[in-house]
Amino acid sequence: MTALVVNNLCKSFGGLRVTTNVNLDVGPGERRLIIGPNGAGKTTLFNLITGELTPDNGSVALFGRDITRMPSRRRTHLGMARTYQIITLFARDTIERNVMLALLGLSPLRWNPLVAFDRLQHLTAQARAALDRVGLEHIAARPLSETSYGERRRVEIAMALAQNPKVLLLDEPFAGLSIDERQDVRKLLLAIPRDVTIVMIEHDMDVALDFADRITLLHFGEVIVEGTRAEVVADPRTREVYLGE
Amino acid sequence: MSGPVKSAANGMVTARRMATGVAVLALIAVPFAIKEIYYVNIASQILLYAVFALGLNVLVGYAGLVSLGHAGLFGVAAYVLAYLLAAGHGHVAAILAALAVGLVATAGFAALALRATGISFIMITLALGEIIWGLAYRWISITNGDNGISVATRPQPFGISLANARGFYDATLVIFLVAVAATAIFVRSPFGAALCGTRDQPRRMNALGYHVWMIRFWAFMFSGLLTSLAGILFVYYNEFISPQALALTASAEGLLMVISGGAGTLLGPVVGAALVVIVKNVVSAYVVRWNFMLGAIFVAIVVLMPEGLVPGAVRLTQTAWRAGRRKKPGAASRARPQP
Repeated sequence: MTALVVNNLCKSFGGLRVTTNVNLDVGPGERRLIIGPNGAGKTTLFNLITGELTPDNGSVALFGRDITRMPSRRRTHLGMARTYQIITLFARDTIERNVMLALLGLSPLRWNPLVAFDRLQHLTAQARAALDRVGLEHIAARPLSETSYGERRRVEIAMALAQNPKVLLLDEPFAGLSIDERQDVRKLLLAIPRDVTIVMIEHDMDVALDFADRITLLHFGEVIVEGTRAEVVADPRTREVYLGE
Repeated sequence: MSGPVKSAANGMVTARRMATGVAVLALIAVPFAIKEIYYVNIASQILLYAVFALGLNVLVGYAGLVSLGHAGLFGVAAYVLAYLLAAGHGHVAAILAALAVGLVATAGFAALALRATGISFIMITLALGEIIWGLAYRWISITNGDNGISVATRPQPFGISLANARGFYDATLVIFLVAVAATAIFVRSPFGAALCGTRDQPRRMNALGYHVWMIRFWAFMFSGLLTSLAGILFVYYNEFISPQALALTASAEGLLMVISGGAGTLLGPVVGAALVVIVKNVVSAYVVRWNFMLGAIFVAIVVLMPEGLVPGAVRLTQTAWRAGRRKKPGAASRARPQP
């Protein structure tokens, strides 16, 4: 069964069409890269897929289930997780607590007003395990306000991974990172097992191209080119709108 | 957690528990230490307004939702209690009905106000508070209008009379301590963590699987429960309720208690309530322009401790402690971790 199907998705902001009849068909375990110049509608497409925006037309299906009108939070419970282009974390908390909040989001315990959150040993252990995956376990107790930009990027990924997603949407995970940090995050993403389907927006073609199984090129809200790495890179339209001659 | 860090954390917990124990003992000792009935009554007033401020703080401090209509909720419970008591109903039935109607009113407030956040939320709560005030003022057949409703007696729980100042203080203290304990448990729970998350990053919380609206709704209900309790205490304390208790100034005073003490802290609203009640009732006896003085105090707090008195005092203490350690010869080398 296909992991994620986007069918004729359309979205306008007033008179501006930002997504026009976009179709995506992402197989289970696939690594799909979404590329396109600034303003191509990549993040809007992510927001439509995750339910943060409601499409004007079209549909979204997750493992065969129509989720077009489903609230964002329920999609998360079905196995969809995302990261944000602009890092969106809880600055007053520690790294560990940030990841614990991600874990709590899927737990019925989130409604419990009686037990102490910090004493939920199983959540602490799971958070530590998720931080270990991204190499931050040793600074788990550090307040987020005392961490570097690269560490925060990895916290974002740890939060998404902690939720054991079936489909993971990464919005520019390499943005703002140094060369070394990019390599660290790249290794981290390559280590994610194939039972997780990944759709990723990325500008950095050097790190992103060898990660992708298939690539979709968006331009002015429309899919211009789609195919394997070789097909997309070789396509003259890609060079024209994105890579340059 | 490493050894020294863990022992420091344990030391903090022990110190906090000891401070809590001392504070509770001091509160119990108030009626014995203070001989004048007037000041025992002021202490009762501080405690009942502290319960009100604790309730408001759940929304303002932990949910990030500033309400300017909480005096309306306070008044709904107060009026229901006073009306039923004046109609000849028993205390237990009247208190339960006041809590129930207070919670229903809170649910209505929440359903309407939570359609928005930020300035719009403030304006909706302000409007709702004014509607309740208008009803109290104009629905004369029920509320007796500007004349208010008088209550003849206070209850006698377990045969203990609350008619005197000392008995009433003790009862208010019990309710206050229960409110503080309930709030402490609430904000440290997973639900409390989720609530703080919706304050800081609602969009992210939604993406993490949380029902942001519902979390805010239940926080509003908890806030309404504490506010209703404060309204009930207010009626028994004054043995009277009038529209003045529901006015916008009462909501604003509640907000000042929370903000001046420290929003999002457990102790802050209590300190803020003490400040406002003391200035209004004690300082006003000596200073004619006490309103001016209260305003000046708030301006000073905003300028010097924008985070509020309690977090501000903690910050200043930590700064002074660090400065003291730096001045102490050899302190730096002792503080350095040993290999």
